[in-house]
Amino acid sequence: MKISLSWLSEYTPIRRSPQEIAEGLTRAGIAVDAVTDRFQALERVRVGRVVDFAPHPASARLRVCRVAAGGEGLRTIVCGAPNLRAGMLAPLALPGAVLSDGTVVAEASVRGVPSAGMLCSAAELGLGTDRGGLLELADGLPEGEPLNRALGLSDPVLELDLTPNRGDCLSLIGVAREVAAFQGTRLRLPRVRLAESDPPAAERAAVTIEAPEACPRYAARVVEGVAVGPSPFWLQERLLSVGMRPINNIVDVTNFVMLECGQPLHAFDLDRLEEQRIVVRPARAGERFVTLDGKERTLEEGMLLICDGRKPVAVAGVMGGINSEIGEATRRVLIESACFEASGIRRTSKRLGLPTEASRRFEKGVDPTGTVRAADRAAQLMVQVAGGRVARGVIDVRPRPWRPRPIRLDLERTARFLGAGFPRAKVRRLLKSIAFEVAPGPSRRELEVTPPPFRPDVARPEDLAEEIARLAGYDTIPVTFPTLPAAGVRPLAREETRRRVRGVLNGLGFSEVITYSFIDAGDGERMRFAAEDPRRRGLTLLNPIAEDQAVLRTSLWPGLLHTLRFNLDQQNRRVKIFEVGKVFLPRAGQELPEEPERLAGLWSGPRGILSWHERETPCDFYDLKGALEALADALHVEELRFEALPDAACTATRPGRSARVLAGERLLGVAGELHPRVQAAFDLKAEAFVFEFDLEALEEAVVGPRHRLRVLRFPAAVRDLTVILDAAVEAREVLAALRDSGPPWMEGAFLIDVFAGPPIPPGQRSLTFRISYRSEERTLEDAAVNAAHAEMTARVLQRFGGRLPG
Amino acid sequence: MDAELRQIEAETLGEIEAARGDREALQALQVRVLGRKGLLTQRLRAIALLPPEKRPEAGREANRVKERLLAAFAAALRACEEAAPASGRLDVTLPGRMEPRGRLHPITRVTEEICAIFSRMGFERVEGPEVETDYYNFEALNIPKNHPARDMQDTFFVSADVVLRTHTSPLQVRTMERRRPPVRVIAPGRVFRRDSDQTHTPMFHQVEGLWVDEGVSFGDLKGTLTAFVQRMFDEETRLRFRPSFFPFTEPSAEVDILCVICRGAGCRVCKGTGWLEILGSGMVHPAVFENVGYDPARVSGFAFGLGVERVAMLKYGIDDLRRFFENDLRFLSQF
Repeated sequence: MKISLSWLSEYTPIRRSPQEIAEGLTRAGIAVDAVTDRFQALERVRVGRVVDFAPHPASARLRVCRVAAGGEGLRTIVCGAPNLRAGMLAPLALPGAVLSDGTVVAEASVRGVPSAGMLCSAAELGLGTDRGGLLELADGLPEGEPLNRALGLSDPVLELDLTPNRGDCLSLIGVAREVAAFQGTRLRLPRVRLAESDPPAAERAAVTIEAPEACPRYAARVVEGVAVGPSPFWLQERLLSVGMRPINNIVDVTNFVMLECGQPLHAFDLDRLEEQRIVVRPARAGERFVTLDGKERTLEEGMLLICDGRKPVAVAGVMGGINSEIGEATRRVLIESACFEASGIRRTSKRLGLPTEASRRFEKGVDPTGTVRAADRAAQLMVQVAGGRVARGVIDVRPRPWRPRPIRLDLERTARFLGAGFPRAKVRRLLKSIAFEVAPGPSRRELEVTPPPFRPDVARPEDLAEEIARLAGYDTIPVTFPTLPAAGVRPLAREETRRRVRGVLNGLGFSEVITYSFIDAGDGERMRFAAEDPRRRGLTLLNPIAEDQAVLRTSLWPGLLHTLRFNLDQQNRRVKIFEVGKVFLPRAGQELPEEPERLAGLWSGPRGILSWHERETPCDFYDLKGALEALADALHVEELRFEALPDAACTATRPGRSARVLAGERLLGVAGELHPRVQAAFDLKAEAFVFEFDLEALEEAVVGPRHRLRVLRFPAAVRDLTVILDAAVEAREVLAALRDSGPPWMEGAFLIDVFAGPPIPPGQRSLTFRISYRSEERTLEDAAVNAAHAEMTARVLQRFGGRLPG
Repeated sequence: MDAELRQIEAETLGEIEAARGDREALQALQVRVLGRKGLLTQRLRAIALLPPEKRPEAGREANRVKERLLAAFAAALRACEEAAPASGRLDVTLPGRMEPRGRLHPITRVTEEICAIFSRMGFERVEGPEVETDYYNFEALNIPKNHPARDMQDTFFVSADVVLRTHTSPLQVRTMERRRPPVRVIAPGRVFRRDSDQTHTPMFHQVEGLWVDEGVSFGDLKGTLTAFVQRMFDEETRLRFRPSFFPFTEPSAEVDILCVICRGAGCRVCKGTGWLEILGSGMVHPAVFENVGYDPARVSGFAFGLGVERVAMLKYGIDDLRRFFENDLRFLSQF
């Protein structure tokens, strides 16, 4: 909503600067987004002097002028105005200037002759109605001066950012009431005086309401003998000042009154209403109707129509129809000033995709007692600007009259609620300043407050508390603190897990990313998730903002891969990232999806940063695995296991290079090399190693620190063991066998070398373990260690059919 | 003989002292005195030529001198070694072996900071679903269907009655349904609005707060949020509470802080106003209490919601919202 201060001053004197008015309104809860000047547009329009002109080579009507407008040289301007003469001063719009109808002046070629701007009429600049010729400026104005300064034109305009509860401020009077309240000035409502004449309106037209729930009140007036034409300048200017285009005097009056008091009006050509009557009725499904914008609309059940004796003539509260539009031939006007139920208008306007000035006001609620007054005001102005006579009386049908709803306000309770007490007299004064009625309550501490009909948002004592607080100023309420029991607060276990995971992965060099929760509909297929995989059945948004953000993610991988792609495009070659976040899995028979939380990560590019210490090598599976082992170790997850993922189960990851990751028997997730086809599908120029864990599983696998190892004082004996085995024998099995077959005083076994290649035959490899032995009772003797070591070696060889080297 | 030995001893000790710190000179001196053809070595050999009765005493004396000098050389050379190692003098300006640490996403960082401040004020952290029913996201928060307030939040729909939550406020309802007063919770999380341009991303983060008890006042709201802002920014940060409208609070207040960039003088960040809108807040609406079975006559409370991205942008001077979700590692590595 735009508010021109010069117009606003019609309703209350403006005693402060535009900035102070804006500040005052903002502090009262009516946020002012910007303060502009509506004549600012004239900054690009200069006082021009027509030096001379010559005929246009290609047109008899046009002339080619040379215009002086200050600065360097003369400008060539093409102009067709009849009143053009050499030496005259006229407004010259420079390229970039915006005219009153919104067009932007550009350097253009007019029938072959370039024109460096445009000489303007009064109407083109919004300074009058005359469009027949150039606006002649008074002699003596400084050549080249911006027109707004040369003419001393200034009208500050406030741009309001209104909250939905304040429909009353969608009007000049509503805003003036608020300004008057904080300025301490009086609100002046326009005086309406009508000269009525016979016959009575009731003989000219009739109104029937068949849908009283949707239309609590319908008032109509009839004006006869009007002459439709352009509005006088003052009326056009008012509309232009708040950004509304003038149309004709009748329509302009309805818009003016709507802007003034907030009541949307509609003017029908009474002679085009069949049987000269209005019927307000529900629409039938599928009914068709052409609105004023020329579009045919298909109506739905539940919408409300204004009809004449035979056919629809308007979508109630939204837009009128072409079939009863005011035109040049219109002589008799029926003014509609009605109340429609807010949510119905909103639903209709949404369904039709047709938000209008009228619907914006109706859906926030208009003053149900203001209909007749608005109709009177419109009739008065129509006679003033279009001639004619007002038929006697108002047709006023009101099946559901408005009833005041008094609220009992307990001042003590309000003081406790706000944390600040306000004296009774002050509360009365504040509330009365915005037209609330205040009467004494049953006790000294209570008041009986009746909000005005244009404030349907105030219905409870808490609403009154807000009115009191905002009128007094929120800054008058002292800052206090609630008391807090010293009981402390329990941390959220999941958040503790996330914090640890993030910290460990950061320490291992992985940076956290946050990607969108929605992914491309094709990402599931790109990931090669199997058709029956639930990850292929993500929830689809009904109204996505873009195709690549249309489905709720079922895995964090697509987001990480898009992130990798973005970083590779930015030449970030070494990408070590992770994300913690929810995925969304639909559940049969449940309204809401399951939202398990996942931890996923990715490593692509070199193992280390560019360095002189070692040659750059690409990261591999074991780099990723090592990171995950370190994570498990730091989190106190025990019995971490990697199991080869069967080739048939490898979809997103590469067969032979993929693992299931478990803690004991609990599945945590999957880790492996990204499948080359997934890599290609995401258009990635580098390999990547990825993992995805279920965060809840990880959290449950955390055993937590506990004390169970005895730190032994006796020295350890260390022996290495190299065995040559079939390459298919997994290292994990051999390690397990060593542990099983060693003596009780075997302390640990570590794999320290793996070798394949000559002289070892193909299909085999050597594994070297370093084994330490330590007793809790004594220093071990070499002989005992050697014997145990030999026995264990023999068992392992026997179990796996291997041999010793050499 | 003895005099000669003592002279060698004294002279050598003097030369060692003179060569202190000069490894090569010391080594040369050691060869000259104690080498195979060294001064002292020759003296020692000469003892064999002495009459047998003089040999033991001369031998003792010669050995004493030899030990003394060996020790003196060793000490002097050790001192050299300690001062500067003979081999492997390092270029300490060569880069070390480093694995750069990963970084927390700035949104996580700021969320943790916000939650830590409220946690110290006694707020307990809660979380809830990101895909929500229309009831929790709107209806229970006093935003009926076909109410203009729905226009305040452009909504993503999964079905007619299921939406991506447009704010963290559903956690107010979900929490109060499960607990009896007093309730004091903080609820951070992702939220979604159908809006994407220079200043909007379709996903962003909020932190919701709720304090309900008997006798909680609007003044308490002001106090709690003032304390938060001053911990988050600095103790000098001024606040402005401005009346506003949220369907689920009454009275409602928008909280502005004096621009942290220009301190109120007016700049690009605050669009010349000197103030920055930082959070929305208000006293819990009685209709919301009724929806969760609380008695608005007995309890009162306040709620607030704050945009994490906004705080992060102010805190780190980030000027483009979209940087947060591009995840360019060069951007992330700063935090």
